[in-house]
Amino acid sequence: MKTDDARIRWVESPKLGMLGKSYLTLFIKGLTTTLGHLFFHKKVTLESPEQRHKVLDPVNYRGVHRLNKDEQGRVKCVACFLCATACPAHCIDIVAEPSPWPDREKYPKVFNIDELRCIFCGMCEQACPVEAIELTSFYDLTGASREEMIFDKEKLLSVFDQTKEREPMPSKRANDAAQDRLKTCPTSGDSS
Amino acid sequence: MLPIVLVALIKVGLVIGGLMTAAAYLVLGERWIAAWIQDRKGPNRVGIPLTKIRLFGLGQPLADGVKFLFKAEYTPAHVDKGLYFFAPMTIFITAIAVFAVIPFGSFLPSDIFPASWGVHEPINLVIAPGVDVGMIFVFAMGSIAVYGVVLGGWASNSKYSFLGGLRSSAQLIGYELPLGLGILGVVLSSGSLRLDAIMEHQAQTGAWNAFVQPLGMIVFCVASFAEASRLPFDLPEAEQELIGGYHTEYFGIKLMMYLVGEYLHMVAAAFLIVMLFFGGWHFWGLTGSGNIVTWGEAILRIVVLNVKVLGMVFFFMVARWSWARFRYDQLMSLAWLVMLPMGMVNLAYVAIWEEYGGDWARSAGFSPQIAMTLCGWAVFSVTWYVATKMSPSQGDNRPRRQSRESNIRPGFEAEK
Repeated sequence: MKTDDARIRWVESPKLGMLGKSYLTLFIKGLTTTLGHLFFHKKVTLESPEQRHKVLDPVNYRGVHRLNKDEQGRVKCVACFLCATACPAHCIDIVAEPSPWPDREKYPKVFNIDELRCIFCGMCEQACPVEAIELTSFYDLTGASREEMIFDKEKLLSVFDQTKEREPMPSKRANDAAQDRLKTCPTSGDSS
Repeated sequence: MLPIVLVALIKVGLVIGGLMTAAAYLVLGERWIAAWIQDRKGPNRVGIPLTKIRLFGLGQPLADGVKFLFKAEYTPAHVDKGLYFFAPMTIFITAIAVFAVIPFGSFLPSDIFPASWGVHEPINLVIAPGVDVGMIFVFAMGSIAVYGVVLGGWASNSKYSFLGGLRSSAQLIGYELPLGLGILGVVLSSGSLRLDAIMEHQAQTGAWNAFVQPLGMIVFCVASFAEASRLPFDLPEAEQELIGGYHTEYFGIKLMMYLVGEYLHMVAAAFLIVMLFFGGWHFWGLTGSGNIVTWGEAILRIVVLNVKVLGMVFFFMVARWSWARFRYDQLMSLAWLVMLPMGMVNLAYVAIWEEYGGDWARSAGFSPQIAMTLCGWAVFSVTWYVATKMSPSQGDNRPRRQSRESNIRPGFEAEK
């Protein structure tokens, strides 16, 4: 692109006055800013292992995955592979098997998520048609080996057991909200 | 003979040990100040090893040092081996050697020894007392330190190190001149190159050089910031924008020598600023001004000097976060077009005042110190105003619409 190109918009920096050119304003402004922060501002550091980062909305947070269970305690997943297809990091590994239960064709025999490859984008949660996979608000994962960080089906189901009270499934949330609405306005509940 | 050797050895031990400890703890202090300015808490975990006692993070320097020492000692295959080892040593040794002539107090009374030893002179708190070329020695050592930078860049045999070494050596050599001019005014007015004599002169007149020669103080401070390669003149490293510079290819203990050397430069610069311009160990009504001191005065002088130096180091650390880094062309034009003329004006002013000013003030009935202070600030204001009016350091290197204009500085453009 040449300098006389009509598409170039030429911008000039504002002209400095005498005070600005003399570096005096710069000197004073710089020092007041730093000294102000040094003495008068509140520290924002969170001392991590003792103080925990507060998750504002655990339902929306994208942390470690969990596999949801239905009312009978069975895994909700129907092994449709939609999450594995949607996953941009290819971290979900499912082996399907004919289901022993009459309400679905397949269920996952193996359901592994490589938490080291996962980018926590939440697309598996969006893709799932039966709200079987969800992201919880657990954010600090550690492991001593790479193998340990591949979460299998039992581990993912146990994450659900730990978090189901705090972060109920979307269908349960919708149900609870409906119940609340019925309680607050009983007339509309009667008419329906 | 024995007491003199003993005293010298104790002084050497004190200075070297004190400096190494101070450098380690100043790194911690700098990290704290940096953190506090950025509203963080800074290192506060490491305490006594193998316990859970934290001590506000005071164990951090130990951990840092151990980390540096235990790094794999490895020499890149492409370097010039001899120079690669020699360069960090140059910068480290010269940084330490400067402190041979820098006093860390004033005097100690001679009754520290038993009377039978026959020592009657007070002990001078400097490793090499009575070196008449004191300031010149400091300058010589500072100039040799430039070799550490150039050799490090050359020996690394990498283009980034080489460019880094070139740009730092241009900066360091460029700022030696204003540094020297800033000192010359002080040397003229006190009539000696010895740092203890310069401090004594300020103590006796009671007017610190910062008050009577503000222009020299500004020139010397700016130049010593640049010589210590601290922000806003840290172009040798500029770690946020450029490759590290001349020590790109260094690591482990050799990198530590570079970093400690740079820290010692900063400490030496703080000592020099305090001693040349802020009265050294002198404080009005506290420390006395003579050669014969009592124990109380001796200790007060050490405390005053070191508090002033720590305050100066604190200013160095705060300045790091206060002002943006200069662009390279601004850096060079600041040295050659602003600081050098300012230093010359200061030198001329001090020379004229020393020749005529004192007599004139006395004949007119003023106190010479007050008259010189007023005169110094007048010279300072006029010079600063002229420098602002000319603003030679505010170049603009952006592309322009007409290629003809691109070589013309905006400041001069307006005057046409």
